[in-house]
Amino acid sequence: MSEAVVDSHAHAQQPAESPVTPESWGKLGMWVFLAGDAMSFGGLLAGYGAIRASSPDWPNPLEALGIQLTAFMTFLLIVSSFTMVKALSAAKHNDLRNFRKFLLLTIIGGTIFLGLQAYEWTHLTHVGMTMSDNPWGAPLFGTTFYILTGFHGCHVFGGVVYLTCVLFAGMNGRFLGENSSPVEIVGLYWHFVDLVWILVFTFVYLL
Amino acid sequence: MANESAAHADHVEPNYFAIMVVLTILTILEVMVPPLVSAKLTAGSLLVILAVAKALLVALYFMHLRFERPTLGVIALTPMIICVFLIIMLLPDLTSTTRTYTPVEPTAVSETADH
Repeated sequence: MSEAVVDSHAHAQQPAESPVTPESWGKLGMWVFLAGDAMSFGGLLAGYGAIRASSPDWPNPLEALGIQLTAFMTFLLIVSSFTMVKALSAAKHNDLRNFRKFLLLTIIGGTIFLGLQAYEWTHLTHVGMTMSDNPWGAPLFGTTFYILTGFHGCHVFGGVVYLTCVLFAGMNGRFLGENSSPVEIVGLYWHFVDLVWILVFTFVYLL
Repeated sequence: MANESAAHADHVEPNYFAIMVVLTILTILEVMVPPLVSAKLTAGSLLVILAVAKALLVALYFMHLRFERPTLGVIALTPMIICVFLIIMLLPDLTSTTRTYTPVEPTAVSETADH
């Protein structure tokens, strides 16, 4: 009887391996979260497309918004995705120094992106583009722009906070080698933020 | 199962730097499309193709989807399929709005009402 109790306790402490992500259940959880988040962005982008298609006086985004700054912001997120995978690679190879260095660079990249977005919003507000009005045409142009880029900006801010937590928690080397799963999970989130920006950049600024 | 997991985790690391360079080149191409291609449909199609290519590179290599089990690919693909359905369901609304749109001229109505 007592052996059976001990066995059941041991079983409770070691849950079954995730069939989809053998590395960790957390990774599967992040993928499911990202699938839901992708639907949020999909809904916003589809709504944006529907509003734009039914507005005859939609402004030309290239003339209203300008793309040099946002092209640089896109480049910045691509580079930060690169530094993120390098941080994960360093963590897997027990390289604490490079893990810290690349994760810090990723955080800096995200922070600069947020700063540039704040600068862009400030500039657009000064030229008269608000949530309800703009000098170029359909009022919903400003509404959709601020909601889409703002929702993405919130994700970048969340990502920077999340990355900073992982950096501080892993400062002493607890996420190295076989324990690098938390770094992989935060990396998935960060790459998703990059992926979504690629779509927002194309549909809001270029098309 | 353990061996399978170990083999799965030890996949050959892709050349991340090369992927970053390709993504940067695709971004430069995207920025060059609007000034160089004047036909709206062609420019739009090119931009969508370039954006999808970039998104796939990020998902397959940076997010390691290429090296994961196919079931994870199904999880990742599900929202895309649902979004396609959403767009299809929105299309009838868009066409009806375009058909019934008629600009109203209130000044003509108010003038006749005054007299």
